[in-house]
Amino acid sequence: MSSLRSITLATLTKDIRLEWRSRDAINSMLFFSLLVVVIFSFSFDPNAEESREIAGGLIWVAFLFAAIVALNQTWARELRNQVLDAYRVSPAPANALFIAKALGNFILVSLLEALMAPLFMIFYNLRALGPAWQLIPVAILGTWALVVNGTFFAAMSLRTRSREIMLPLLLFPISIPAVQSMVEATRIILSGDGSARFWIVLLLTYDVVFTTACLGLFETILQAE
Amino acid sequence: MTDAQTTQIVVTSLIKQFGRFAALRGVDAEFSGGKFYVILGDNGAGKTTLLRAMAGLAHPTRGTISILGKTPQEACRELGYMAHPSLLYDEMSGMENLRYFARLYGITGDDRCAQAIRSVRLDPDLTRPVGQYSQGMRQRMSLARAVLHDPQILLLDEPFSNVDVNSAREMVALLKHMRDAGKTVFVVTHQASLLEGVADEFIWMQAGQIVNRTPQLVSPSAEAQ
Amino acid sequence: MKSGFRILAAVTALLLVQGFYEAMWVAPTERTMGEVQRIFYYHVPSAWTAFLLFFVNLVASIIYLVRKNPKADAVALVSAEVGVVFCTVVLVTGPIWARPVWGIWWTWDIRLTTTLVLWLIYVSYLVLRRFSDSAQTPKLAAVLAIFGALDVPLVYFSIWFFRTQHPQPVIGGGGSIDPRMLHVLLINWLAFSCFAFLVCWARYGVEILQREVDEIEALESLRGVAR
Repeated sequence: MSSLRSITLATLTKDIRLEWRSRDAINSMLFFSLLVVVIFSFSFDPNAEESREIAGGLIWVAFLFAAIVALNQTWARELRNQVLDAYRVSPAPANALFIAKALGNFILVSLLEALMAPLFMIFYNLRALGPAWQLIPVAILGTWALVVNGTFFAAMSLRTRSREIMLPLLLFPISIPAVQSMVEATRIILSGDGSARFWIVLLLTYDVVFTTACLGLFETILQAE
Repeated sequence: MTDAQTTQIVVTSLIKQFGRFAALRGVDAEFSGGKFYVILGDNGAGKTTLLRAMAGLAHPTRGTISILGKTPQEACRELGYMAHPSLLYDEMSGMENLRYFARLYGITGDDRCAQAIRSVRLDPDLTRPVGQYSQGMRQRMSLARAVLHDPQILLLDEPFSNVDVNSAREMVALLKHMRDAGKTVFVVTHQASLLEGVADEFIWMQAGQIVNRTPQLVSPSAEAQ
Repeated sequence: MKSGFRILAAVTALLLVQGFYEAMWVAPTERTMGEVQRIFYYHVPSAWTAFLLFFVNLVASIIYLVRKNPKADAVALVSAEVGVVFCTVVLVTGPIWARPVWGIWWTWDIRLTTTLVLWLIYVSYLVLRRFSDSAQTPKLAAVLAIFGALDVPLVYFSIWFFRTQHPQPVIGGGGSIDPRMLHVLLINWLAFSCFAFLVCWARYGVEILQREVDEIEALESLRGVAR
């Protein structure tokens, strides 16, 4: 499917180029992420022991808020001037567009996480008592879980009123098992209390199931008026 | 050429409903290849909906559209679509825009993009982002995008609105040239006078139906007298 | 249809009365929990009915996506609405039961939590249908229903494992159940299912009528404007 790959790549590079040219969007998102971390730190200011227990939850809730801000602008450029019509009218496969957008969001949200995570570690004096390397697959799988469904529901929300509230409304219930997995896995790794393996496997399962569902149904969503 | 005169597009009992509002209330028509059709009528007559249905962007509530014996989505390579929004990315230059859309059609290399831009009398080397163009330039660039992949059939929705006289004339010249080369052209417009002497047939719509088809630009009420 | 509806309504009324009588007086009093346990006969059948309705919604959604049958879409809408109502009953009766018995309002009981997530998913389904004006709303809703269905087993597993790490009280008790209690449970489930079917039937009729009216209005709406 070389056309799928080349169109996906072309779309992704186009999005990155456009994002780079109008850096205000990224800058304001970065600042928002910083604010979220600071506010959380003011609201939950425990000593080191307790913080490891709830840090997993705090970090991922913070990431979730930052992700929503990023996901809400996924299709903003395509809506202006109705560019989406040009895509729909072309022979390009819908999935190429979806994968490109999902990957773009993944990169963007990972960027935000890369800013927020060290800040959390500083404010909460965090240190992993368990195998810290496991945080990497948790972060990757967890972020993809949010981004793949988020990109999909953002497209669904295009056909609704109150678009910006519709996205979190649709995304949060479906994401519950993924968020629980991320939070539990992070808590276990930080406190060194047991094995996070089950949660990582559940996250992987979630990712596989929903990536397949999104790829299977995105064309249907895109072609809805 | 004998090819050009055969029936290319067949619309059968087309009904399009948006909730309580019926935009198309049973349209039956046949269109031959190689002709220049102008679709006229008041606002709300269903002109845009008919064009979008032919482009595959609006799904019929009932009835069918057959383009070259296929559905509009299957025939997408043969269709070029243009509307009042530019369907272009404001933050990229004309050439960058066309390069991206060319990829969607599997076209690589800059030659065809440059050629399409030159055919609407714009400069391929212009680096100014499309968002800063005048309306006339933007519509011409949008037309370049529509003809980039050399489609058989052009569907243009209000291409001349808010466009300066010069740009409009350039566009009409190009469209005439394309019809002479055997392409089929559909233009929805309120400025039918621009196309007098160029168009082969004027199609009048009212209240979601085609009420008249004339070779000359004469309104139905004038004919009744 | 009218006579069938009336017969079913009568049967349902009888079953509901019988079920209530049995739940309140016939069923034996539970050893440890006392009379409060009788809410079990409303909590559990409501849950089963809700799950049944959501299953109907899933099947109807898939049929709609495959066959584009508008009646399937109407069934999906109706079963979602009634399902959410029964789901709400489950979520309200759960804490009412838990509080006097265990002293807590809520617990991450596996059934209760799965019901909560299902409720959230289907409320978002109804919000999507309400907020979406396009002609393709049924398609979007059907896709959401499929996503919800895929989510449920994952929710179940994640709660199940969570509970092995963080033991929590189980509402409704595990283990075997007294056959007399089972009998009352089943009567009430039958009554609730009939009631659900009755309400769905009525709602479906209204929905189909509404769509017919919309269609006729749409086609007639421009009549005065045409020549």
